Amino acid sequence: MTELWTLFLTAAFVDNMPLTLFLGLCTFLALSRRPASAMGLGIAMTGVLGVTVPLNWLIYRGLLAPGAWAWAGQPDLDLSYLVLIAFIGVIAATVQLLEMLLDRFFPAVHASFGVFLPLLTVQCAILAGSLFMVDRAYSLAESAVFGLGSGLGFAIAVGLLGALRKRLAYADLPVGLRGLGIAFVLTGLMSLGFASFAQMAATQ
Amino acid sequence: MAARFDVRRTLTEPLIRQNPVTLQILGICSALAVTTSLSTALTMSVSLTVVLTLSAMIISVIRRHIPDSIRLIVQIIIVASLVIVIDQVLQAYFADISSALSIYVSLITTNCLVLGRTEAYARHNPPLHAAVDAFGNGLGYSLILLLVGGLREVFGRGQLFGWQVLPLAEAGGWFTPLSLMLLAPSAFFLLGGVIWAIRTLLPTQAEAPDHVPPADVRAIE
Repeated sequence: MTELWTLFLTAAFVDNMPLTLFLGLCTFLALSRRPASAMGLGIAMTGVLGVTVPLNWLIYRGLLAPGAWAWAGQPDLDLSYLVLIAFIGVIAATVQLLEMLLDRFFPAVHASFGVFLPLLTVQCAILAGSLFMVDRAYSLAESAVFGLGSGLGFAIAVGLLGALRKRLAYADLPVGLRGLGIAFVLTGLMSLGFASFAQMAATQ
Repeated sequence: MAARFDVRRTLTEPLIRQNPVTLQILGICSALAVTTSLSTALTMSVSLTVVLTLSAMIISVIRRHIPDSIRLIVQIIIVASLVIVIDQVLQAYFADISSALSIYVSLITTNCLVLGRTEAYARHNPPLHAAVDAFGNGLGYSLILLLVGGLREVFGRGQLFGWQVLPLAEAGGWFTPLSLMLLAPSAFFLLGGVIWAIRTLLPTQAEAPDHVPPADVRAIE
């Protein structure tokens, strides 16, 4: 139990997806102009990561991993090079489903996402969650916790950046630094801050 | 197309003026993650340019046959197949660089730059034009990657491509490596600085302010 809790905190803070692993930065920067859209993105990320990582675990273990077809008399079959196509398919289907559910039950939320919801399909952070899960050989419970933790870490980071950028709308910045430039500098500063979590994990 | 196709313009425009990384916010994740040394940055640049150019050509060739409703899935599957090929080639011939890049080569599949170019250009234009445009964008991406990768390797280790260019203090030279350059935050700062420099030189790229202060604050008081 404590291991799962540690994994959750590590995924959320120490291995923070946008700030230390550079994942999902395109949407991270594009949708953090306003705190509301940033929070929406964070919640959607947590949902999609929490669903797709365990789902992909089942598919990987059941169909693709070396030896997964041993029951059918094919113990040498290794389909693991197909992970990319399989994972992308699962992610696309999940995002599509999420979009339909939101459209049906929360139309206001759905409208506020606009074109960015379908673009979650091609979000590197979401695909990376599944690829890390394979790389680090997590169990089913671990991969579920890992997915949720990474999503939460993304939500915290993007929410903070949204709040910071809202404040900076009133700042008198050099012309060239306005917008994207200052967003990068802020992300760098937040990344420095989150680096201290790694120190904390190391000293424990 | 009404306008005549200008190869040189399509090729050079994405280098600075329409740079995919600094202006269009595309493909940033990989641009930062693999830039701790010049050799990983170069490998990533070449892989991405190859995937981008080939996928743009393939999608452009079959552009009239893809139904609009499933075009994203078709495009992603084409890109993913090319990425699998590149990934297997890297694992076979450049095993150490491939393990240094870890999952970031696979993540070319979801690189927004690839999908952005196929969506914005390849799906409306003939194969040759699409290939030139994709190649130009690949070069623009590579330019930023090599710049950031080179700066980080020189100041972080005093090396370029693994060669010692600045003599280290511990080996009798004068240079003390700045290990911060190898950590995550410096990548963000460097790219922010590059964007600042480009937008100062080309003020048309600067973003409009979100909020315009009153003309003279003292006059109101």
